[in-house]
Amino acid sequence: MSGRRFWVSFALVILAIAGGVSYLASSSPDGLDSATLRGCQVVEVDGAEQLTGECIAQSATEHPVSSSPLADYTVLGAAGSGGLAGVIGALLTLAVAGGLFWLIARSRSRSRTRTDAGA
Amino acid sequence: MTTVTVHAMHMSDGIVNAPTSALFGVIAAVGLAWCARRARTELDERTVPLAGLVAAFIFAVQMVNFPILPGVSGHLLGGALAAILVGPGTGALCIAIVLVVQALLFADGGVSALGMNITNMALIGVAAAYGTALGLSALLRRGRTVLSVQALGVVGFVAAVIGTLSAATGFVIEYAIGGAAATSLPAVTGYVLGTHLLIGIGEGIITAATVMAVAGARPDLVYLLRGQRAETAAAAA
Repeated sequence: MSGRRFWVSFALVILAIAGGVSYLASSSPDGLDSATLRGCQVVEVDGAEQLTGECIAQSATEHPVSSSPLADYTVLGAAGSGGLAGVIGALLTLAVAGGLFWLIARSRSRSRTRTDAGA
Repeated sequence: MTTVTVHAMHMSDGIVNAPTSALFGVIAAVGLAWCARRARTELDERTVPLAGLVAAFIFAVQMVNFPILPGVSGHLLGGALAAILVGPGTGALCIAIVLVVQALLFADGGVSALGMNITNMALIGVAAAYGTALGLSALLRRGRTVLSVQALGVVGFVAAVIGTLSAATGFVIEYAIGGAAATSLPAVTGYVLGTHLLIGIGEGIITAATVMAVAGARPDLVYLLRGQRAETAAAAA
């Protein structure tokens, strides 16, 4: 596959998963969360989910950035905004990772140039 | 009573006490510093784009929880996928970046628990998956040629299962050291490892499909195959 076609395809797959396939995700707690929820029942009180019974998750504390504009994979809490939140998250991750990896690769090529010059 | 968010996917704050969380914060920092040094030997101008996209891909796929039991789901952790495609040092950094973005912007996974989540998924998960991938590759290659795309898929599947179970074992160890609740350790251990065996199978399928797709299109970019190609060339010379 040609260079450009590969990169464009990979990027489109990521956007499709974050922005589309993510709507098909199971909303059940994952293996770790269901372990911490064992012994408890989740009940809804005034629109907020609360735990009754006895389980590990009861010692969990409120998330310090629970009021973040992207909290819980929504944009400003808007219903149905999960796909947009996912696309924003994937692009932010790409930016942070790409930037860090570019710096690491550059530091390597610089130290190699120095070694070559010294040899 | 505690208000919970059911959509959290990683360890939340408060489940393990503060001293244990701090200890694993230090372990995560030291481990990632080592990974950054190792990444210098793995990354060059040609592979930086793949490493960035692998991080974004893991973020996206982690959103897609798949059902494993009635009322229980799982999601990709990504250790095997990242280690095979971009190398263990770079791969661990990919997963750590995903976890930091999730914890600080998406309120997914605790902030004081970040050290534990990084230790489990980025350090333990990647190390176990990469070790498995290396060992199994050596077995399948029998000292000769580079792995076929199909064999790479098998390696990816097995490495993903082992990586997922190892990451889950990390949680069990942290809970054993500093668990804040009264729930008994054997019950937690059995349940967590059992569910993560099933999650590992899902992780294995996603990992195999992804590494086979990348190796089919651009085998020159796949870290695990780059090493094998270099060995084969050295042996032929």
